[in-house]
Amino acid sequence: MIMADWSLGRLSDPAQCQEPIHVLGQDRSVLLGQLEMMLRIRQAEQRLAVGRRDGLIGGPVHLGVGQEAVAVAVAAELRKTDRVFGAHRSHSHVLSLGASLHRLFAEVLAKKTGLSRGMGGSMHLWDQPNGFYGSVPIVSGTVSLAVGAALAAKLQGSSDVGVAYLGDGAMEEGVVHESLNLARMLKAPVLFVVENNLFASHMHVSLRQPFESTARFAAANDIPYAVVDGNDVVSLRNAAAKLINGARAEEGPGFLEAVTYRWYGHVDWRDDTDVGVHRSTDDLLAWRKRDPVVRLCQGLTNAGWLDEVQLADMERNINSEVENAWAQAMSDAKPSLEAVTSHVFKKNLL
Amino acid sequence: MSMVRYNYGTAMLAAFEYLLGTYPEVFVIGQGLWSPWYVGNSMTDLDKKFGAHRVIDTPVSESACTGAAVGAALAGMKPIVVHPRMDFMLYAMDAIVNQAAKWSHMVGGQAAPGVTIRAIINRGGEQGAQHSQALHAWFAHVPGLRVVMPATVADARDLLIASVLCQDPVLFIDDRWLYSLEDDLPPVNELVLSQLGPQRLLSGSDVTVVASGYSTRLALDAAEVLKTNEISVDVIDLRVLNPLDVTKIIESITKTGRLLVIDGGWGPCGVAGEVIAQVAECVPSVALKKPPIRLTLPFAPAPTARILEQSYYPSVDSVVERVKKLMD
Repeated sequence: MIMADWSLGRLSDPAQCQEPIHVLGQDRSVLLGQLEMMLRIRQAEQRLAVGRRDGLIGGPVHLGVGQEAVAVAVAAELRKTDRVFGAHRSHSHVLSLGASLHRLFAEVLAKKTGLSRGMGGSMHLWDQPNGFYGSVPIVSGTVSLAVGAALAAKLQGSSDVGVAYLGDGAMEEGVVHESLNLARMLKAPVLFVVENNLFASHMHVSLRQPFESTARFAAANDIPYAVVDGNDVVSLRNAAAKLINGARAEEGPGFLEAVTYRWYGHVDWRDDTDVGVHRSTDDLLAWRKRDPVVRLCQGLTNAGWLDEVQLADMERNINSEVENAWAQAMSDAKPSLEAVTSHVFKKNLL
Repeated sequence: MSMVRYNYGTAMLAAFEYLLGTYPEVFVIGQGLWSPWYVGNSMTDLDKKFGAHRVIDTPVSESACTGAAVGAALAGMKPIVVHPRMDFMLYAMDAIVNQAAKWSHMVGGQAAPGVTIRAIINRGGEQGAQHSQALHAWFAHVPGLRVVMPATVADARDLLIASVLCQDPVLFIDDRWLYSLEDDLPPVNELVLSQLGPQRLLSGSDVTVVASGYSTRLALDAAEVLKTNEISVDVIDLRVLNPLDVTKIIESITKTGRLLVIDGGWGPCGVAGEVIAQVAECVPSVALKKPPIRLTLPFAPAPTARILEQSYYPSVDSVVERVKKLMD
């Protein structure tokens, strides 16, 4: 038996895939909305990077600048009753579903007004009313939960889906392989979204796995999959739509591998080119040229759907939104002391 | 009120039938659920009666199945995940300890996975060290996880129902050595788990014996033997190990002044030590006629040879001997 080629080819080569996004045939206002969301996520994370650097944020922040297109594209195919689970790098996941910027900042600052009432911080985000069931920093910790939430949707007779965001590092955890097999055998309507940013913490995928593409595990489990440029919001959305529609139509799980790169290091505001194994300044600069935001702007500009003035307005509005939300979160109160023990068990049972 | 004869296994079967018949959001997932091999008489034909979509036999994936149950609970279901042998459940520690137990706390009480994790202690029969463990103490150490150990036929049914109806994650631990125990039960009466705790199964005045699960049977059987020696034993069955309420135990010791705790787990950092520590914090030493004693497993993994098993597990004789020591 000959192993298929599971290298990522041009998708993992930063010198490739730098062209403007193809927008023709798309809905202009939808794309402008996606651009706005990507900018919001980016500015929010850059604000968090500064806040962390300046010692204003007590706990770690895992930033996904450079990866914004993935969550925005997937969210475009979701509804509020779907069940999305994230991981340690989930600011983009929750914001893309419509979470309040103020409440995200408040959570990262461990304030009472935060998404998780200040009990979770950046690594435990919750916004179930918007479909975000939760994120946790145990690598692969929510993957099986998303399968279960999807199974619940099936048992409940809804056509809702589960979404499990995970990274290429999580693909090395045993429970992910159990989850893929289980989802396939139960025909659970769940989409596995692997943000393959080529790194787990400090270490390049080539030092951790024999092949770059994690979609080989979808193939092994008879799960439909797509491997796409993770910095191309249009391609991502098209691929996500197909897989999510299949899940909604009771065809079982799907697997979307989005190849991307994070500009910051594994955690906090540094770029980590000094501590990464196979992470160089040259690579980082090359990947910045594959910027999902800039490429979308170029595509929209080429189509005559966006000009510099509009873009500058959009950036300015988002900047003031971000700064207002940050100022509000900074002035919010910390949780009251009884919160140390008051949420361990539910109070009113039955 | 019409009473029905059950054994410990069929009492759990009755609980499953009640839950699946009454609550559409209940489903069961785990290995061996379509086979009589794995779970004794406690789940016979549930798949045929309620459908294989609600009673799901699974791939050999303890971790993913437990996580899936946690996720389904967050999505409004009342799942029961079954681990036919507790030893294998260790593959699911992340889902239980990191995810289920901490979820409510981590999200400020805005959501909680009301999942029930049924773990079976299945010892003896020369099965050796990896088919014999009783690890309830590990889980009683974890905040956010309720831990329940039924010792009676009534509790096998009613605590299972209460566990599934509870909004918190619950680890429900039953013991194959109890399955033939029989009793007559009234119709189901739904109980609120958070209102339940240790109960006195036998009233006595000389010695307090605290136990849980199968150890409670040893305590009751030993109490019968000790009657002939005119030693009167107060037997308290823990039932709910987490959160642990020692009020009844304190009351009992205030009366007897002597305490034996029997536990089917190991001694160090175990349930017996925890009970004695809480007693020591609450009862003035002058009220104790003798230092408390714990009777636990030797601090070694389970042996295989029958003759070693007989020496390894606490027995009625070893309980009787410890109680007599307290009466010296």
